[in-house]
Amino acid sequence: MDEFNDYKDYLKSHSSFPGIRRRDFLRLMGGGIYIFFRVGSAMEIMAAEGDQNRLPNDLNAFLQIHEDGTVTCFTGKIEMGQGVVTGLAQMLADELDVAFEKVKMVMGDTDLCPWDMGTFGSLSTRAFGPYLRAAAAEARMVLLILASEVIGVPLEGLDVNEGVVFNRKDNKQKVTYPQLTEGKKIERFLSEKPEVKDYSEFRIMGQPRFRVDSVEKVTGKAKYSGDIRLPGMVYARILRPPSHASKLVSVDTSEAEKVEGVQIVKDDDLVAALHEDPEMADKARRLFKAEFAGDEKPISNENVFAYLNENAPEGNVNINEGDLETGKKSSENIFENEFHDGYVAHSPMEPHTAMAFLEDGKMTVWAGTQTPFPAKSNIARVLGFEEEKVRVKPPYLGGGFGGKSAHQQAVEAARLAKITGKPVMVDWNRQEEFFYDEFRPAAIVKINSGVDDNGKIVFWDYHVYYAGDRGGETMYNVPHQKRTVYGRGWRAPGIHPFPTGAWRGPGNSTNTFAREVQIDIMAAKAGIDPVEFRLKNLTDQRAIDVLTEVAKMADWKPAQSPSKRGYGVAIGADAGTYVAHIAKVDVDTRTGEVKVLKVWCAQEMGFCVNPQGATIQMEGCINMGLGYALKEVVEFDGGQVRTSNFDTYEIPRFSWIPEIDTKILDRNAPPQGGGEPAIVCMGAVINNAIYDLTGARLFEMAMTPHRILGALKNV
Amino acid sequence: MTETIEFRLNGKKVSVQLDASKTLLWVLRTHFNLTGTKYGCGEGYCGACTVLIDGSAVRSCITSLGEVAGKNVVTIEGLADGDKLHPVQQAFVDNDALQCGYCTPGMIMNAVGLLNDNPNPTHEDIIWGMENNLCRCGAHNRIIEAVETAAADMRNKK
Repeated sequence: MDEFNDYKDYLKSHSSFPGIRRRDFLRLMGGGIYIFFRVGSAMEIMAAEGDQNRLPNDLNAFLQIHEDGTVTCFTGKIEMGQGVVTGLAQMLADELDVAFEKVKMVMGDTDLCPWDMGTFGSLSTRAFGPYLRAAAAEARMVLLILASEVIGVPLEGLDVNEGVVFNRKDNKQKVTYPQLTEGKKIERFLSEKPEVKDYSEFRIMGQPRFRVDSVEKVTGKAKYSGDIRLPGMVYARILRPPSHASKLVSVDTSEAEKVEGVQIVKDDDLVAALHEDPEMADKARRLFKAEFAGDEKPISNENVFAYLNENAPEGNVNINEGDLETGKKSSENIFENEFHDGYVAHSPMEPHTAMAFLEDGKMTVWAGTQTPFPAKSNIARVLGFEEEKVRVKPPYLGGGFGGKSAHQQAVEAARLAKITGKPVMVDWNRQEEFFYDEFRPAAIVKINSGVDDNGKIVFWDYHVYYAGDRGGETMYNVPHQKRTVYGRGWRAPGIHPFPTGAWRGPGNSTNTFAREVQIDIMAAKAGIDPVEFRLKNLTDQRAIDVLTEVAKMADWKPAQSPSKRGYGVAIGADAGTYVAHIAKVDVDTRTGEVKVLKVWCAQEMGFCVNPQGATIQMEGCINMGLGYALKEVVEFDGGQVRTSNFDTYEIPRFSWIPEIDTKILDRNAPPQGGGEPAIVCMGAVINNAIYDLTGARLFEMAMTPHRILGALKNV
Repeated sequence: MTETIEFRLNGKKVSVQLDASKTLLWVLRTHFNLTGTKYGCGEGYCGACTVLIDGSAVRSCITSLGEVAGKNVVTIEGLADGDKLHPVQQAFVDNDALQCGYCTPGMIMNAVGLLNDNPNPTHEDIIWGMENNLCRCGAHNRIIEAVETAAADMRNKK
């Protein structure tokens, strides 16, 4: 996974992490009980994927049980709408036996929270969660030991309800958590694995909980980076190149300097106009006269896939089972197809924003970032500061989706704050947001596969270029298969004319699109209903379960596709979770416009900590997925990003939104990811539904009206 | 050119000495520190900056300060009655109709404007009335439900 790989060098260069020191904590914090714990699970996931990196031995989170009975969890994770602020609090409250309302989350502040590599990969619940639960169980045990001494009853004779420890035989004999922690400072480390609760004992986990931050957000009180106000602050408007290939040759700022109250900064490649009034800063920036030069890569919307094919790097074979030639010989029909997926922008509603201020030698940066700790390290490196002289404090994020793993704006703000000594706001406008976005990469998938005369898939030769292998698993039971991956993950440096990065369910939406469309093509040719064809070739019980469930939800009536009814089906797996979707669509064959009428989605994610939050993530995935499936196209010519605003970049609107019916399957198994899985099927399920209605098959996303009209001509 | 511009802002009379060509969004955010009104696109395409001017939903990023002289401007901060949320705000909370929350103030102000114009909207009226407010998290279905809930609630209170 790219995000892990990106920190490889970083991890190697640090023998220990400069996160918060325990003695500093204890000096800063009041009384109470502290439980420190460390997280290794994300790395275990990595190890399972063949990477042997280890997190250094340092603590990664801690709890503080206050004297007033409230509990604070300090975690380096951040909240960007995905709702971990609620789900993590549920896990903690349940294991510790306190009321949900007593738990407060402090997130992402690099001075208060222990080091964390970043919030991505749907890892917060599945990787961080078990450690949080274990720590809470440990804290509960510490409190029980203290209570045992106070009440004079052995541990076995005690029970806890909402922070009150009592004698099981005489519930008048009781003591509260606040009474136990009063006046004490107890530091404990997790040494052995404590017993966490069994699923049958959960009282708060598994219950639907609404967002805890909604009142702040509906009243306008919730603070995002751009809402930070400091005396004497200035807004920075930075000179931007016309293309990612451009290098600054010269700049004349003399006209800009005439704007009253403006300060111009020229520091190497960073040229900025700063003003207390953002509109005056804008005005000054428009007066910059700059010359740039650079050689463009000969790639644009017109030739993107030809260019990417021609420049493909060597492939790595990730899976090679059986013998493809043997598979081909036993095939009745062989299918060879190439699938294309274009560049897609994250376009969160809040552009990248950061406020930075240097005070008493310490740089504080309020930044909307998914990676506060790596941001801190980068800022320290660029400024030449010791790491402890930089603090990154992420307020709420106005969306991330992977795009705010990049934190260029925070570095820019810190550089300008260091130079000027003023609080500096760097708030990108929409054009800058599109220009610097690390797009989901354009990618190619080539599949050669075959089916025997019993409708069984007998071989599967899969080649994925530039998307990476996430979601590239065959999923189906195929005796002869090979999977070759070209380019490292979703970044493939040196190929694309601009940076690419992780976009919600990275790689997986591209891989699932290709696989599930290819499966549909094979089912149609074999003359078998697409749900039946899938079930016939699946042995993975979790996949069978979600597919069976979604077919039941949609009251699926078996038919050979195209049935002219407009129903499509697709399955996928991401972040440890399985999903199956059915969509019903309508297509205007005159305009090529698609209306997705209804989407059914069944999801199996192990134990679901917060069914409300998870359902909302599924809905969000389905709606957001309409965009990449149908409309989102980044216009570019070499390193020039022509897309600059929402007039041409079409993201889902109210009139596009389908009726949505979701179901989460009950499972008593470790919780898995929920922020991304339900987006990965959206391309395939809509493609298959369009085919079912019209007989037109598309091989490229986004499936724009123009491309749909083209496909209809081939029917 | 600096001039004196007076208008009502969240129920109070205000007077500013500023250039009338300044953008309302930035005057609200910087001069009045009313940061609930958000920048999203700067060109009127996304609706994150929506405020009410004399009861109608308007994009403050393409509205000049001069245009609100003598008018009644309400931002998200002026909607609740003390601690009591406006029915549209309450309906967003009750329907869990938000995720990251960045588009939420604009969504709410646009919905209030919509219900001012049409207290009895159909489902289709709501969809098309909200069409030009963008949400990237995909909270649309719940936002529509919230506006429907609020509309019913406001009718019942009359």
